Amino acid sequence: MKDTPLSNCERDFLLKAIEEKKRLDGRQTYDYRKMKITFGTDFGCCFVDLGKTRVMAQVSGELVTPKENRPNEGIMFFNIELSPMASPAFEAGRQSELSVKLNRQLERCLRNSKCLDTESLCVVSGEKVWQIRVDVHMLNHDGNLMDAASIAAITALCHYRRPDVGIQGDDVTVYSPEERDPIPLSIYHMPISVSFSFFQQGTYLLVDPCEREERVMDGLLMIAMNKHREICSIQSSGGIMLLKEQVMRCSKIASVKVSEITELISKALENDKKARKAGGKCGFAESMPQERITALKMDETPVEMTDVTNRANDIVQKAEAPPQTVPSPLVPVPGVGQVGQGLHNTWGLEEEDEEEEDDEEEEENDNSCEEQEETKMEEEQHEKEESGGGDVVEISDSEEEEVVILHPEKPDNAPTNTGSSSYQRGAATSKKKQKK
Amino acid sequence: MMEVCGSSNVTLREFGSEQSLLSRPDGSASFIQGNTSVLAAAYGPAEVKVSKEIYDRATLEVLIQPKVGLPGVRERAQEQCVRETCEASLLLSLHPRSSLTLILQLIHDDGSLLSCFLNAACVALMDAGLPMSRLFCGVTCAIDADGQIITDPTAAQEKESRALMTFAIDATERRVMMSSTRGSFSVHELQQCIAVSQKASEKIFQFYRDSVRRRYSKTL
Repeated sequence: MKDTPLSNCERDFLLKAIEEKKRLDGRQTYDYRKMKITFGTDFGCCFVDLGKTRVMAQVSGELVTPKENRPNEGIMFFNIELSPMASPAFEAGRQSELSVKLNRQLERCLRNSKCLDTESLCVVSGEKVWQIRVDVHMLNHDGNLMDAASIAAITALCHYRRPDVGIQGDDVTVYSPEERDPIPLSIYHMPISVSFSFFQQGTYLLVDPCEREERVMDGLLMIAMNKHREICSIQSSGGIMLLKEQVMRCSKIASVKVSEITELISKALENDKKARKAGGKCGFAESMPQERITALKMDETPVEMTDVTNRANDIVQKAEAPPQTVPSPLVPVPGVGQVGQGLHNTWGLEEEDEEEEDDEEEEENDNSCEEQEETKMEEEQHEKEESGGGDVVEISDSEEEEVVILHPEKPDNAPTNTGSSSYQRGAATSKKKQKK
Repeated sequence: MMEVCGSSNVTLREFGSEQSLLSRPDGSASFIQGNTSVLAAAYGPAEVKVSKEIYDRATLEVLIQPKVGLPGVRERAQEQCVRETCEASLLLSLHPRSSLTLILQLIHDDGSLLSCFLNAACVALMDAGLPMSRLFCGVTCAIDADGQIITDPTAAQEKESRALMTFAIDATERRVMMSSTRGSFSVHELQQCIAVSQKASEKIFQFYRDSVRRRYSKTL
């Protein structure tokens, strides 16, 4: 589905408003939208609301073999999923330019800044390390996905607890959360990305652009910084030339914003910790707003099932009984096997062969009364004839040489189209005879 | 939470839903059953890709996004269950040559996931204002080792159960629209579970009604 296009009037209006230092949602130039951080029920799940932009991050851990050149370092993996939920323009399961850009920026922001102690993730050097995987799902796209994603990812990493691991000799035991308390990751610092959008070739600058503003901007500058005012990554896109002073100004703004956001994150983490310690229910279900007109919640409700048994009985009694007998398998043509119908195996295998062998022995005794005795299906007779023909193949290792004398002409009569099956049959029977 | 003691003590966990919580989609809803929660978003009717176009009705696409990794076979199977249920209740022929997209994002899985997907889907379709011939809801029943029926089981209860059944029940005649089962059970047990689900569905339909009434009311 295509995105809704932005009309020229809207574009002009937005640009004109920006020239007058006004923003569509009434913010000032350097203002962030309202930010809300909530946590999921399990560890390592975090939601970030930035205005209407909504992002979910989930951290998961897995034991894997490390990379050969780094035998005692854990692995970090980032995946930003541009779900079609966020915007109709996103397609599921396809790598778009935007998703590559965001993924790369998140990697640079979190992995390359070495914010996580990867060596502490090593379990057995060269054999087992933890792979920490961060999945970021975009739920609603209203601009500035990168900042929301970076905040969600780092908060989820801080919130995540990996299972404890014990090593006795060569045995590695992963303890469940009930056995031993899970361990938090050791995080050195929290890099947070701050986006600046530029308009009119860099004349105007806005912090935290919303979706409309992103559409009319000329260029974007993303600065990832931690609260110690260390720049972790900086990226400019959109092809605008920025002056040195502009970049300096942006980095100053970023440092202020980052310290504010870091404080918010630590407060959110602390609140969650308290809530978990208190043993109360926490998570997404609890964060559902109750005062809204669009939300409703029902308490645990019993389901009345007094007449359920009677009703089920009624239906079962009224229903016609299922057929108890299993239809006997019918082999349409010799050599056609059916498996599954009536749970009977009709491929020529041992039991049948044994029967046939008995038949053959009978044949040996009196082959004249064969027709009268057998009331079986035609096909079986066919098979018998085939196996009779097959006898010739097995002469070499058979002790009973009389068999050959009984049917000397059979090889010519044997049908050629089922040659392979008759050969198999012959081989099977020959084995049986050897056993005897 | 939902112990089945003796004959009749079957409960649904606390459940809730929030509508229109996302700004971009045409309809969105979150549905929560105990700790299980799902976020659903619906887009449409919108233009359709030529390859997916159906000349006399709308094309419905259902996407289920797992929390970790990419969608696999399990998600595809669930997608199919949800899609077929939605196709049966939506009046697709009113929007020929257009597309409807329903995206379901798993937030937390604590059992009865498929029924939660179905409920979230129905609320999201309602919120999107798409024409439907009937509403539907999903109910999951588990039969434990003692033969007791548990409705809306948690993940732990699902694990210990002998059989697990999920039914989609329609709102007009309480008929079964879709069933997905696992494990072994007798015909009698199946009928019992269907009867229980039909009973449980009434609670969920009442909840739908209440939430819509609340949503279109002028005061809280």
